[in-house]
Amino acid sequence: MAFDFGVIFDSLPFLAEGLALSFLLTLLAAAGGIVLAVILALMRLSGYTALALISAAYVNFFRSMPLILVIFWFFFLVPLLIGRPVGGFYSALIAFTLFEAAYYSEIIRAGIQSVSRGQVAAGYATGLTYGQTMRFIVLPQAFRNMTPVLLTQGIVLFQDTSLVFVVALRDFMTATTIVARNEGRLIEMYLFAAAVYFVICFSGSLYVRRLQGKFAR
Amino acid sequence: MIEIRDIDKWYGTTQVLRACSTSVAKGEVVVVCGPSGSGKSTLIKCVNGLEPFQNGEITVDGVPVGDRGTNLSKLRARIGMVFQNFELYPHMTVTANICLAQEKVLGRSKAEAEAKAAGLLSRVGLSEHARKHPGQLSGGQQQRVAIARALAMDPIAMLFDEPTSALDPEMINEVLEVMVELAQEGMTMMVVTHEMGFARKVADRVVFMDKGEIVEDAEKDAFFGTPRSDRAQQFLSKILHHI
Ligand SMILES: Nc1ncnc2c1ncn2[C@@H]1O[C@H](COP(=O)(O)OP(=O)(O)OP(=O)(O)O)[C@@H](O)[C@H]1O
Ligand SMILES: [Mg+2]
Repeated sequence: MAFDFGVIFDSLPFLAEGLALSFLLTLLAAAGGIVLAVILALMRLSGYTALALISAAYVNFFRSMPLILVIFWFFFLVPLLIGRPVGGFYSALIAFTLFEAAYYSEIIRAGIQSVSRGQVAAGYATGLTYGQTMRFIVLPQAFRNMTPVLLTQGIVLFQDTSLVFVVALRDFMTATTIVARNEGRLIEMYLFAAAVYFVICFSGSLYVRRLQGKFAR
Repeated sequence: MIEIRDIDKWYGTTQVLRACSTSVAKGEVVVVCGPSGSGKSTLIKCVNGLEPFQNGEITVDGVPVGDRGTNLSKLRARIGMVFQNFELYPHMTVTANICLAQEKVLGRSKAEAEAKAAGLLSRVGLSEHARKHPGQLSGGQQQRVAIARALAMDPIAMLFDEPTSALDPEMINEVLEVMVELAQEGMTMMVVTHEMGFARKVADRVVFMDKGEIVEDAEKDAFFGTPRSDRAQQFLSKILHHI
């Protein structure tokens, strides 16, 4: 049986579009997820029981749900409520964002707690408010400490974007499948997909490891 | 300037301060000493509201620290504090450390704040380190930066919590010198320290604490001459022999 890897080159633009969508979803969901996660983490650590409970409930809830189910809600159920379709892209984006926020918020909470209480006291002692102390003193140090873990979670998110075929979005994995079926080149295309995921995710982890080495000093 | 009246404080069910009263007049230097765990840090943190207390009253320049209506951030901006572990912000340069609160709290422009920082750094002898990060400095240098950071706010009083006890012996003096100079310029200071040389040189009064109580509160000469309580005598003989 003859392999024909030429099919990859012929369909490169199509595949690149899929890859771009995977990246776009990853970046937007990671950014939105981190913003939401910071709010959740601050609620959890606020010392106000009600806020802490809401945050804990959110985190535990989303950690107990399969991601695909959350995507389906936004794709199938929310339109029933609001009377118009949400669309595949926004369903996936919202679901990923809400879902990632639950994971990120635990990471960020640990990051905030890794900054010593003395730093907070120093900020307060110079007259900074709670918000200013968080923004200028605690969060920058927390993010520095947790960047490797956040990036690792980002790599997982990138792999998870391959789920979006369920709402008919054409991410990289889906694009690969389409080409594979149309051209009858399953082996070539799936080997290629594996290679692409491997290169992206592995270089991501190498970068994370380099960062960890740098921060450990 | 600082009035402390009948302060009680509990952590949970353990009482760590019992009916503590003392005061620091404008321009006065009061040294607080006592064994480990006697409540010195807790007391000094009550003064700028970093620790809440349950009973009693503290006023700084007439402002009641424990009142719900008091804007604590505003009050703290006027009281400098120096910590045992320096607590410089490790992710910022020395200059940025000194400028942050000047800009965010006092609303000074970047240029104003940096000029102030430069002046204070030259005063504590660290001008050439302005662009470095705290991690690149020795402990003694870091503590001098921390003092500069507090002074940048033009405080009406300064609180020091064991500013030299995390330092290697050879760096203690460079920090004490800065503090002595401040005292001689008339800064109002409340200083938790076991450096009795410092106390002898510039303190007006010495407060001795034990088990959450202020056991002795005396003029410096009276304290070093004839401490009235046994506990203070024991403590003094212990630390003076150490030195
Ligand atoms: N956050 C806290 N929670 C519970 N107990 C505390 C807390 N901080 C301090 N304590 C207790 O309060 C008492 C007084 O502590 P404090 O730190 O004020 O003593 P100190 O005189 O400053 O001692 P040192 O010389 O060791 O610094 C100690 O018994 C300590 O164990
Ligand atoms: Mg202490």
